[in-house]
Amino acid sequence: MHLASSVDPQLADLSNKLIYSAMAVYLIAMFAYMFEWTFGAKGAVAVRSTEQAGLAGAVAAAEARAKGAKKVTVTVASAGGGTTTLTRTALAGEGATVVTSGRGDEDLDGPGAAGSSEKADLSGRIAVSLTVLAALLHAGGVLTRGLSVSRWPWGNMYEFSCAFALAMTLAFLGLMIAKKPVRWLGLPVTLAVLLTLGVAVSVLYTESEQLVPALHSYWLAIHVSTAIICGGAFYAAFITTLLYLGKDSFDKRMAAGLAKGPLGTSPSIWRRLPAASTLDKLSYRINALVFPLWTFTIIAGAIWAEAAWGKYWEWDPKETWSFITWVAYACYLHARATAGWKGRKAAYLALGAFACWLFNYYGVNIFVTGKHSYAGL
Amino acid sequence: MTNTTTDRDRVGDTAQGATEEAAERLTTAPAESDGPTGIGVVGWLRWMWRQLTSMRVALILLFLLSLAAIPGSLIPQNGQNQFKVETWKAQHTTVAPIYEKLQLFDVYSSVWFSAIYILLFVSLAGCIVPRTWQFVGVLRARPPAAPRNLTRMPVYAAWRTDADAATVNAAAHRLLRARRFRAHLDGGAVAAEKGYLREVGNLVFHLSLFALLGGFAWASLASGTGGKLLVEGEGYSNTITQLDDFTGTRFYGTEDLDPFYVKLNRFTSKFQNNGSQIGSAREFTANVDYYEGSDPAKLKQGKIEVNHPLEIGGSKFFLIGHGYAPKITVRNAAGDVVYTGATPFLPQDGNLTSTGVIKVSDYGDKDGKRTQLGLSGFFLPTAPVAFDRNTGPRSLFPGDADPVLVLNAYAGDLGTDSGLPQNIYQLNTKNLTQLQQDGQPAKVRLKPGEAWALPDGYGSVTFEGYKQWASFNVSHRPGNAIALTGAVLAIAGLIGSLFIQRRRIWVRAVALPGGGTQVELAGLGRSESAKIAEELAALAVDLQDDAPALDDESDDESDDESDDESEDGSAEADEASAPAESAVPADQNSKE
Ligand code: HEM
Repeated sequence: MHLASSVDPQLADLSNKLIYSAMAVYLIAMFAYMFEWTFGAKGAVAVRSTEQAGLAGAVAAAEARAKGAKKVTVTVASAGGGTTTLTRTALAGEGATVVTSGRGDEDLDGPGAAGSSEKADLSGRIAVSLTVLAALLHAGGVLTRGLSVSRWPWGNMYEFSCAFALAMTLAFLGLMIAKKPVRWLGLPVTLAVLLTLGVAVSVLYTESEQLVPALHSYWLAIHVSTAIICGGAFYAAFITTLLYLGKDSFDKRMAAGLAKGPLGTSPSIWRRLPAASTLDKLSYRINALVFPLWTFTIIAGAIWAEAAWGKYWEWDPKETWSFITWVAYACYLHARATAGWKGRKAAYLALGAFACWLFNYYGVNIFVTGKHSYAGL
Repeated sequence: MTNTTTDRDRVGDTAQGATEEAAERLTTAPAESDGPTGIGVVGWLRWMWRQLTSMRVALILLFLLSLAAIPGSLIPQNGQNQFKVETWKAQHTTVAPIYEKLQLFDVYSSVWFSAIYILLFVSLAGCIVPRTWQFVGVLRARPPAAPRNLTRMPVYAAWRTDADAATVNAAAHRLLRARRFRAHLDGGAVAAEKGYLREVGNLVFHLSLFALLGGFAWASLASGTGGKLLVEGEGYSNTITQLDDFTGTRFYGTEDLDPFYVKLNRFTSKFQNNGSQIGSAREFTANVDYYEGSDPAKLKQGKIEVNHPLEIGGSKFFLIGHGYAPKITVRNAAGDVVYTGATPFLPQDGNLTSTGVIKVSDYGDKDGKRTQLGLSGFFLPTAPVAFDRNTGPRSLFPGDADPVLVLNAYAGDLGTDSGLPQNIYQLNTKNLTQLQQDGQPAKVRLKPGEAWALPDGYGSVTFEGYKQWASFNVSHRPGNAIALTGAVLAIAGLIGSLFIQRRRIWVRAVALPGGGTQVELAGLGRSESAKIAEELAALAVDLQDDAPALDDESDDESDDESDDESEDGSAEADEASAPAESAVPADQNSKE
């Protein structure tokens, strides 16, 4: 039963305050990431000392031999034409301890934003802690918004944007928790989150209210939640693709003997980023991971449309643009998977696909009228 | 869309032969060809067919499909909103005829849009169906034998052992089997392959697109929709005479309508009554009685809400609109009731300011002469104290907080007897004269229960009260189950295709002339993943239970890590890194 006035104004107010606080903390976190990048530039960019690495390997090997261990080194041909190695050491017997260590990739992948500077590293750590704090406040804001009206908090563009920005932060923190070396993503992610939240609170803001009957459906929870996750992940892949393109041009410029990165940027920024092929692979993986979920989102939307309007597909502008986005990503995956269209060409397709996604979200909601109009905008 | 340099690299580069052979049929991707392969018409036709079913053309078609879908989202479409199309045409008189020619008002059924997706599906069929058979062949055959030179493979490991070569090979065979590889021991080497589900997934995904298309096609050939507006208390039988409108298709015409009866008992609407979103709808519920077929004894009760249609027979009953129907009684000069009933008024804005007309076709004037009476006006569920001069009567809120009926009256000829179809929501005032009072058009503002004595002794109008009405979409659409099955299979296939790795592993143990055994392992994955290296390493470590590495070698390795690349492959190491580059395209560029 949806009563006409069942809104808890205190919770709704708390939600707004939490979102604003989250934005403030994101802002500080963003500055901390900037400090990391700036301080990191001053410390010499460390290419990990091979001496040191060799020493560590020798120690491990000596230890292993002492215990009668098994050890195998696998040579892997990498895309760039070089080779890397992967060494796996295991103690003999049941329940063996296994140590696998890669060699080679780190030399190509930069050391991260902090370079070799300890001060920068500290900034980076602080920045991540702040991001965690901001994400908690942000999650609290989304949660209280939902609680204030006892429903899923994505009934209009404001709420959707808040949830989608949260998905982006959580994707980033998830990668950090999985121990992936992606702290360099912190700056672009906080920037993107701040932009999204900024637009949400200033342009898209809508008071916390109950939903219009058109949205009274459990498909709201399913369809819109997955759309939010897809949006956050596509955004992250987009950032990675941009960085890949930057790094790739940087590599070409360096090979051509130029002193500066693309757009006159400092080489030290690019050196600290992972290798172009690593960035490329990361963006591909994210896109490939999200594509089935995006497919599901569209299908869930079609099922909902069937229940709400009687037809599962009517070429409503929102449906059309979801379809366009889907085909664009399918195009990208095809190019990557089968036609050998790696590298820049595939990256441009990925950028195009994300542009379709963005237009579907902001453009269609704001400029094109269809059946999919959210309450409040 | 070029054929990428890797193709050219490969032609004439015999050094890559081994890799190509090994990578053969590691994918279901179609072969690409650059020129006509035969002579004459047949050759060209074959070439064209090859082109159409190539990845390159599939890419172009996919790209075109997304481009072609864009105009339909920006230009109003006939199938969706006829009214908007007409308005748009009126506003853009110069381009409208051109757009019309280009079928830009019917993009999704246009010749060019259809051409793109039909070509795409032909391409898809031409590419996927033969591949499916080939893949079945691959499943029946053994994994391809180990290439002569394993160092050329993208992932490689080797060591020397004292164990007997045959024992090592047998152990490798056993280990690979245990890892659920399809493994085969032959000619002193083990060939193994795993991850066929990737290809299955890929084929299922593409084939399920046909199911989706089939569902679409079936729906567009055998569906029909009708509209019906019911005032509370009214019912109707689902026949063409009682429906307000109906659009059928080839296999679902007026005679195929699912037989049932529906009566609207009560319609409930709730609106936000405070805050900034005041007036937003919060709940709509239609309570109905209905029966399938023609047996009223089977009467059931049902509830229809916006996202919850009612399924009756083969049709679904959707709630799509609602409004108010003022109930009016008209008496003639003699005081006889000549008309009584609830008339649906159509909402004009979000606050349900509604307009409507009441046609009294059988009205005797004060002299007993037959004339007709027309009433037109507004129903305001929540009326303001006074109307704005510029905007006229406007409701303040969609709920019925202070309902008011505003009426004008006309007398004369309604035109209903002409036999021409008439819009029941409009008054044709051509042969009507508006009743006057004090030199002004006669007008009244009534609250429920109030009556209006018409001027010139025309009798009276009583506003008895009002009911709500709801409009429904009655939709018969088969093919949903096919499309849904296609969709579910598509997702399952995609997951298999994107997340499962297809890879090959070879193990070869050979007795060395100077004693001892050389063990070589190589792996080839079809997509870019570090997993194959880890898998190979794990396998190698396990294999060392049966083929322990000789100490001197591990000594060599630990002495200086940075050198081990050139050492572990011994003499072949130099070669190993050189062709590595060319090995990569074969693994990622999935072509035969
Ligand atoms: C109807 C439009 C199509 C859509 C939406 C579509 C979508 C996709 C997607 C998303 C993938 C990625 C799966 C993967 O990476 O394994 C894929 C792979 C593939 N597609 Fe399509 N496709 C379409 C048409 C075609 C056509 C016309 C062909 C043949 C010319 C084709 C051949 C292939 C092949 C061979 C793969 C597998 C690549 C691999 O094994 O890695 N597809 N398709």
